[in-house]
Amino acid sequence: MGDTLFRGVHLLDPATGLDCLGELLVREGTIADLGSGLGVPDGAPEGLDVIEGNGAVLCPGLVDMRASLGEPGFEYRETITSAAAAAAAGGITTLACLPDSQPAIDDPALVRLLTARGEETGSLTILPYGAVTRGCAGEALAELGLLREAGAVAFSDGTRTIGPARLMRLALSYARGFGTMIVQHPEEPTLAAGGAATEGKLATRLGLAGIPAAAEAIQVARDIRLAQLTEGAVHFAHVSTAEALDLIRAAKEDGLDVTCDTAPPYFDLNETAIGDFRTYAKLSPPLRPEADRQAVCRALADGTIDAIVSDHQPRDADDKRLPFAQAAPGGAGLATLLAVTLVLVHNGILPLGRALALLTERPARLLGIPAGRLAAGRAADLCLFHPERAWQVEAGKLAGKAQNTPFDGRALEGRVLGTWKGGRRVFG
Amino acid sequence: MLLNRSGQTARDLLRGKTLINLFFENSTRTRTSFELAGKRLGADVINMPVATSSVNKGETLLDTAATLNAMQCDLLVVRHDQSGAPSLLAQKVDAAVINAGDGMHEHPTQALLDALTIRRHKGRLEGLQVAICGDIGHSRVARSNIHLLTAMGSRVRVVGPPTLMPPGIEDLGVAVFHDMKAGLAEADIVMMLRLQKERMAGGQVPSAREFFRFYGLDAEKLAHARPTALVMHPGPMNRGVEIESRVADDPERSLIREQVEMGVAVRMAVLDTLARGPRRNA
Repeated sequence: MGDTLFRGVHLLDPATGLDCLGELLVREGTIADLGSGLGVPDGAPEGLDVIEGNGAVLCPGLVDMRASLGEPGFEYRETITSAAAAAAAGGITTLACLPDSQPAIDDPALVRLLTARGEETGSLTILPYGAVTRGCAGEALAELGLLREAGAVAFSDGTRTIGPARLMRLALSYARGFGTMIVQHPEEPTLAAGGAATEGKLATRLGLAGIPAAAEAIQVARDIRLAQLTEGAVHFAHVSTAEALDLIRAAKEDGLDVTCDTAPPYFDLNETAIGDFRTYAKLSPPLRPEADRQAVCRALADGTIDAIVSDHQPRDADDKRLPFAQAAPGGAGLATLLAVTLVLVHNGILPLGRALALLTERPARLLGIPAGRLAAGRAADLCLFHPERAWQVEAGKLAGKAQNTPFDGRALEGRVLGTWKGGRRVFG
Repeated sequence: MLLNRSGQTARDLLRGKTLINLFFENSTRTRTSFELAGKRLGADVINMPVATSSVNKGETLLDTAATLNAMQCDLLVVRHDQSGAPSLLAQKVDAAVINAGDGMHEHPTQALLDALTIRRHKGRLEGLQVAICGDIGHSRVARSNIHLLTAMGSRVRVVGPPTLMPPGIEDLGVAVFHDMKAGLAEADIVMMLRLQKERMAGGQVPSAREFFRFYGLDAEKLAHARPTALVMHPGPMNRGVEIESRVADDPERSLIREQVEMGVAVRMAVLDTLARGPRRNA
């Protein structure tokens, strides 16, 4: 494979503070040199593929710390191969996948299998979360130590809340011994049972059983208290309400090991996206009223939120072409992650560097992995994108198998031009 | 309405049109009402009860839609236990789709027949005080009546225990009461709703007798409404739960039987209106 020279690119790396027009040289899959004025001669140097950036942004390949893959168990929705294609189209080169598959990732062999399947794609590093409980059933602890040893990046029950307080206490406490965190889906399960939308005026008018927004805050409040009790680390996934974000902000100020992420639907859409029973906008947690969406934007701006994740939940048309309450929740999110995040930049909520940090350096640091950074000697996982190029999201035309995007029809600015994994071009 | 009462039929209005009653949820009353309405206008009426207990309701819904579409039916009357199901069906078929009640969402023809019944007795809808009482949360009848009556200028209150009151209901333009006596004060119309037995199982109401004690309509509670107040119920009634028989059967106060009659008339009008237009959904 030839080596590559990126020329005339806007090098942007929040991890190192690099922000300049310059060049980046890749040799044998790793970054050999980068900066402005590398002294590479004009024209096409011998043995080098030259990528002319024309001012496009070159940043670390994105690190997505929350996505479900269809495999194993739901291959009709998504396979690792198709998810890898979608990830590459979205500029994502590292992805942490949720363990509530079929079977659940509660055995060391399954962790190794998923890791190996990621390597086979050649375009995507897959970091499996280990299940907190056996079968993600919320009853007995899984073998966290053995899972960790096999490569589990952290622990979670995926889309399911770790419900019983005693169990969560044990999980936080035990995981602490292995230096890792528990990723919680913060939704009090008995309050959420049977609900299809956020409780309130809209759900009432549509005749849908509601989930009170307080279900999120109640779970967050309890788990913050348990993190304090155990001195464990808790990470709240896809936080979506003002109330929960206030609790997390306060916990951080108190110095607790509490972190969180959110996903594009929660800062770019509100509950009105449901419209007349649009099941592609049925998500878990459900879309919220406008005031909560604005609170998520504020929490992104003030640093309360540590990462933006795709929250990719592949669904087949058969899962969605159902009456709203029966349709499966979840949206495809890989291919749109960067472009929807850039809406925050275009709207002046975050500067470009900070927005990118939430997609690269910050999640990498939370997961404790050496990714999301441009530096000589690092693997050349790169994303080249044009921050202003306009396009329109169209379900049916997204990369990958899952087409269930809640952003169908959304006009966006910011397009991935190319993705490189270990120096090899995997998209564009 | 006169046509409905006349004993004659207008077999030519919907002659050659096919009406299918597609009921995913049992309902003798509404189904019969649509069937009669269709037959009185000369339509070919077919009843298709679909068991809700089938393994995969969703698949049945869309498969059925595709089948019916291929049969070229003109009017499709749909009852389903899921909110939004007729809306989903309407995207898949060419026939005019009439919502005969979907989950907790809407029951438009019930609201129309209720409004017609009220107007025949009170001469107007505007300015009337209407109290809708009972299980508001799970009631599509309440929602459709709220939309229609507030649009027509009635002043609507909803009365029931907080556990059966959906959050944000006041944003639909109604006043909320948790006490029957206060809620019925000055009411011109008292509209009772059916309380499903599942509500007791779900713990939203401790028992039927407790519900009747505080929210069931008896003569004593009705005395707090206007002396001229009239009583309505969409049926079928749980006598002794949300309404006592003495009130339900009082010919001076109860419009319940007339509601059934108006149901056929209103549905004739709806079918006629929709069958006239080009194929479209309602």
